[in-house]
Amino acid sequence: MSALPASTPSAPAPARVPLLTVRGLDTFYGKIQALRGVDIDVNEGEIVTIIGANGAGKSTLMMTICGNPRAAKGQITYRGEDITRLPTHDIMSKDIAQSPEGRRVFPRMTVMENLQMGAVLTDPVHFDDDLKRVFSLFPRLKERAGQRGGTLSGGEQQMLAIGRALMSRPRLLLLDEPSLGLAPLIVKQIFDVIRELNRNEGLTVFLVEQNAFHALRLAHRGYVMVNGVITMTGTGRELLARKEVRSAYLEGGAH
Amino acid sequence: MSAIDPTAVEARPEGAQLKNEELRETARGEPPFAPEPILESRLQRSLREAALTAAVVAGLTLFFFAFRTDIGIGGLDLILQWPLWFVWIAIAFAARFVLSYFVYVPGRKLSDIVKRDKTATSPGAATGARWLGRAVGVVMLLIAATFPFLIETLLPSQDRYLIDLAILILTYVMLGWGLNIVVGLAGLLDLGYVAFYAVGAYSFALLATNFDLGFWVCLPMAGLFAAGWGIVLGFPVLRLRGDYLAIVTLAFGEIIRVILINWGNITGGPNGVLGIPKPTLFGLDFGRGEGSFSDFFGIPYSSIHRFIFLYYIILLLALLTNFVTLRLRKLPIGRAWEALREDEIACRALGLNTTNVKLTAFATGAMFGGFAGSFFATRQGFISPESFTFIESAIILAIVVLGGLGSQLGVVFASVVMIGGIELLRHLTILQAVFGSDFDPTQYRMLIFGLAMVGIMVWKPRGLISSRSPSAIYKEKKVIGADLVAQGEGH
Repeated sequence: MSALPASTPSAPAPARVPLLTVRGLDTFYGKIQALRGVDIDVNEGEIVTIIGANGAGKSTLMMTICGNPRAAKGQITYRGEDITRLPTHDIMSKDIAQSPEGRRVFPRMTVMENLQMGAVLTDPVHFDDDLKRVFSLFPRLKERAGQRGGTLSGGEQQMLAIGRALMSRPRLLLLDEPSLGLAPLIVKQIFDVIRELNRNEGLTVFLVEQNAFHALRLAHRGYVMVNGVITMTGTGRELLARKEVRSAYLEGGAH
Repeated sequence: MSAIDPTAVEARPEGAQLKNEELRETARGEPPFAPEPILESRLQRSLREAALTAAVVAGLTLFFFAFRTDIGIGGLDLILQWPLWFVWIAIAFAARFVLSYFVYVPGRKLSDIVKRDKTATSPGAATGARWLGRAVGVVMLLIAATFPFLIETLLPSQDRYLIDLAILILTYVMLGWGLNIVVGLAGLLDLGYVAFYAVGAYSFALLATNFDLGFWVCLPMAGLFAAGWGIVLGFPVLRLRGDYLAIVTLAFGEIIRVILINWGNITGGPNGVLGIPKPTLFGLDFGRGEGSFSDFFGIPYSSIHRFIFLYYIILLLALLTNFVTLRLRKLPIGRAWEALREDEIACRALGLNTTNVKLTAFATGAMFGGFAGSFFATRQGFISPESFTFIESAIILAIVVLGGLGSQLGVVFASVVMIGGIELLRHLTILQAVFGSDFDPTQYRMLIFGLAMVGIMVWKPRGLISSRSPSAIYKEKKVIGADLVAQGEGH
């Protein structure tokens, strides 16, 4: 039990103003049903994580929120507006930003250009301030500003993907497996930044993670997904303490 | 629970990363420039080499340029052309001097400057390459701007042919630049680009012959028509990607051609459109007699004036294409095109409407194809569907791919090599000495063309110029060190 009590979960319990609500969501890939009646709530100022094994449907859930693939049934509401049927670009040009799975930085464009792409739909007057903010969150990106995205290390690419998402001044940040394939130290750095953003700026974060230990420690609330169904929910700490969670996702020692 | 000491686990990647970073530091710290040799000796050496080159050129060209014999009364007249000879020697001297002084520095290989793929991460190398690219661009622009006069001074006997060839090459440069927007920047493989070329050509030809409109009125209209067709085609098919898009555009190119052949009462069918007017300079035509260019300026009529005029029109049109492309690249829309080429899913995650972004690229490229088409029509005076076959699309695409996708300078090189190279084959009469007198080298141009393409793709798989210069540079004076600013990084 080395690390668990060491750092407290992010902010004090935020007020319950719903930002993103998912109700009874079904999604299919062809005939295969990937999501079965998923209910999720993300409140303003919260970090909410969804954990689960490979193929559980976590990323599908995030992609369905973004409008691709489309939901077969159910409703997705963002700030009271039904976004279930909107095309992806309309959803993403609300104040939602996504750091997609596998980072997807633009490999032949420089760090600077990648960040500019993040701000492509935002008012240019904010650009300098936003750039400064991203560079202060990730000083490494500033050093690499002129370097091509594809030549960055995995951790730097992840920072770039998050930085690019932040350039659009989001209220809700969707993160798809930011820890994928990264060294523990880098994972810690990135999660620290997410916590900082949430605590200092009240940014709402919806986090899809395999790294249950880190994710649950970071999040206010968590959901566990198995085969497209939400099986458990609770605060990050509650879930960390649950025996089923420990045996399924945390055995083999703390990371 | 943790059997392993966490600090040990965390320390290792830190160390590896540090090492990695050190490696990168050392890799980028060294610019490809060797320490500057003593200036005195460099100047002397350059002068010596330039003098040597000039002497060789003087010896070789003495009989070609200095003496000329013409048939005169009662035999041959010998004409001495000393100024022409001296001009050539001076050019050789100057060119060699510039090369010796700036490029062939001892201890620095030429390939160091040109090679970019491996060193592209190091800012020093990138700056060097960018500097070289800019220098080459400026020199080529100067040559292009003065080309007709250079030809008039240096090779007056072949002026008509050479200027005509230059017009042809520039037409392909312009088409290449136009297609570069679609294929190079936005990454949409378009095999039917010639369709827009045809739309532009026929728009102008039909407007001019039916409604008596002039070139300058029709030029923007032809561009708009082509852009309109770009949107009409693009709207349904731009959901497709890669190979599927290529097939549909290929089909579109053929459809346009078949329509032109079969819609006889409008387009003239296979007979094409005749009597397309020539462009005028503010109402001055380039014929003989009153109200013509030569009459207005009081200079003797010469048919070469029209060629020079056409040359400058296509040069301006091509430069316009280049200018617009370079400007757009620095604007959000141009950056979105490039981002789309890199990763469409990421673009959508950023809230871009990818269909619209593709449509703008398609329409912009088509518009420039339309401009080039109406220029083609006015230059030829006659167009028929035969000029717009698939091979034209293939040549334009080959120019873009061989030049390096997205590279403006590469398109110029590739056009000169491909179009100029095919022309050059006509003059390789030496091949007839080898293969017999009925050997026609131009019959083998497709073979040579194919071999050249295979060769370039083997040795330079990403095209002649494969690097991409960033469209934005992060500037903060305190962060970028003086060494970088000195090389032009911090501007």
